[in-house]
Amino acid sequence: MKTQLVRLVHARSGDKGDKANIAIFAPDRATYDLLLREVTAERVKQHFIGIAFGKVERFEAPNVLALNFVLHGALNGGASRSLRSDALGKSLASALLRMEIEVGA
Amino acid sequence: MKSVRIGGGLGFYGDSWQPVKASIERGNVQYIASDHLAELTLAILQKDRQRDPKLGYTRDLVPMLAELLPLALPRGVKFILNAGGLNPMAAREVLLAALKRLGVKLKVGVVLGDSVIERLDELQASGVALNHMDTGGDIASVRERLLFANAYLGARPLVEALAAGADIVLTGRVADAALFLAPMVYELGWCWDEWDKLAQGIVVGHLMECSGQATGGNFGGDWRSIPNLAHIGYPIAEVAENGDAVLTKAPNTGGRVSFDTLREQLLYEVHDPAHYLTPDVDVDMTTLHMEELGPDQVRVSGATGRPAPETFKVVAGYEDGYMGQATIGYAWPDALAKAQLAAQIVQQQMTESGLQPEETLIEYLGYNSIHGPLADPAASEGLNEVYLRIAVRCKEKRDADKLGRLLTPLGLSGPPFIGGASGITASRGLLGIWPTLVPRGVIEEYISVSVEEVGE
Repeated sequence: MKTQLVRLVHARSGDKGDKANIAIFAPDRATYDLLLREVTAERVKQHFIGIAFGKVERFEAPNVLALNFVLHGALNGGASRSLRSDALGKSLASALLRMEIEVGA
Repeated sequence: MKSVRIGGGLGFYGDSWQPVKASIERGNVQYIASDHLAELTLAILQKDRQRDPKLGYTRDLVPMLAELLPLALPRGVKFILNAGGLNPMAAREVLLAALKRLGVKLKVGVVLGDSVIERLDELQASGVALNHMDTGGDIASVRERLLFANAYLGARPLVEALAAGADIVLTGRVADAALFLAPMVYELGWCWDEWDKLAQGIVVGHLMECSGQATGGNFGGDWRSIPNLAHIGYPIAEVAENGDAVLTKAPNTGGRVSFDTLREQLLYEVHDPAHYLTPDVDVDMTTLHMEELGPDQVRVSGATGRPAPETFKVVAGYEDGYMGQATIGYAWPDALAKAQLAAQIVQQQMTESGLQPEETLIEYLGYNSIHGPLADPAASEGLNEVYLRIAVRCKEKRDADKLGRLLTPLGLSGPPFIGGASGITASRGLLGIWPTLVPRGVIEEYISVSVEEVGE
């Protein structure tokens, strides 16, 4: 069975130069383990095709049940040179929540 | 056990200082640490300074302190602010004039030495490459177009200013969390190699440096459940000598301090949470614990630190062309199709008139301007209205300025039912950001701190 991340987690994103970070937060350990399995750096990279043009790194923060993704080349060169309405990448977090993941065993 | 109580000020240049009043009046804080400088802000200040060499600081400094000082002075609350921006000495001048007007006498400290643009030749001559820290690019490609270059300083010079009795400490670029770490180190007597305490201090500062983002603002969870955002309280931390902290906000304010609101802020703009690099300590956030003690009270403990990095981060900005942009709105029915036809007309006219931007971005506000290619196409049906926004990147200002002239005639000579056209808007200069690393010694030797009693 598939479900959209928006039903499972909450998220926040921010900018650092031309990099964006998106952190997603699980409500419990079981969901965190599911995220670890399903929401890989590679899947996030695929999800942001057309927005992020560099590598995607994933970092784990199990103490706060969170995964942190760093998207390189994601902000049209950075907030002060970006043409985009979302120059700061503040809404990239909600764009990630559109991702569908497999929740079956 | 000794402790210090610190309130968060602004989270960026343009933020509201109204919530700071509650922290001072009812939050029992000893310090307000206020972060006026987002990464983007120096670019804004540079434009000010180009217009007038007496500008280049954040101009909210005086109006903010004029409102807050009358509340803060009777309570002995001190301020630490990076409102000096690119020009801390000019900020000091306007502050002195304001203190005279207010009729108060205070010790004002100024921290200088973050600006390195005057020293780039010397740095390169001494073997500092100044390569782009992410791409490895050679700075020669932007060297002639550089407008500023500032190092993120640590908390040490700020502590020096406090130790010299400063009531207000004005800085330029410092690591955001250092604004908060400084009063902890000063009041609690921490040493510069007590890495775990310093790490706790940085974490607390990092949680607080974006004002309302710690207390329920921009909350990605159940945002509907956050009470009274109109009167949001900004974060307050009580930090104990051993580094343990309790995050809270002033009584009878809106917003929320919880595990969820704080963990969102913990990772905000963080790269590797196991190595959050600051000038004062390399922080491991993955060892910390957050525990809700009660409503709007969260204990934060257990962050660990490793020795500070051997380099300081320097962020330089360079001129990078101009952006022209214009918008025009279209009404139902078929709002998106109308906006798309308008975009097509403008693009055709751009080509025929020889306007060749380096990049053209077409967004439809109300449909995909925020999510771009990830917007759901199914949502395009039946929209009440859609705004076309076209943005172009051009090397020359005169080219970027042409865009507005192409959109304006659409009102009479394009598809029907418009509103909210932006008209002929001036283009604006764009700035590229060049982050690089510089050995700490060459920055530290130029840092200076002065504290002087001023005012009437």
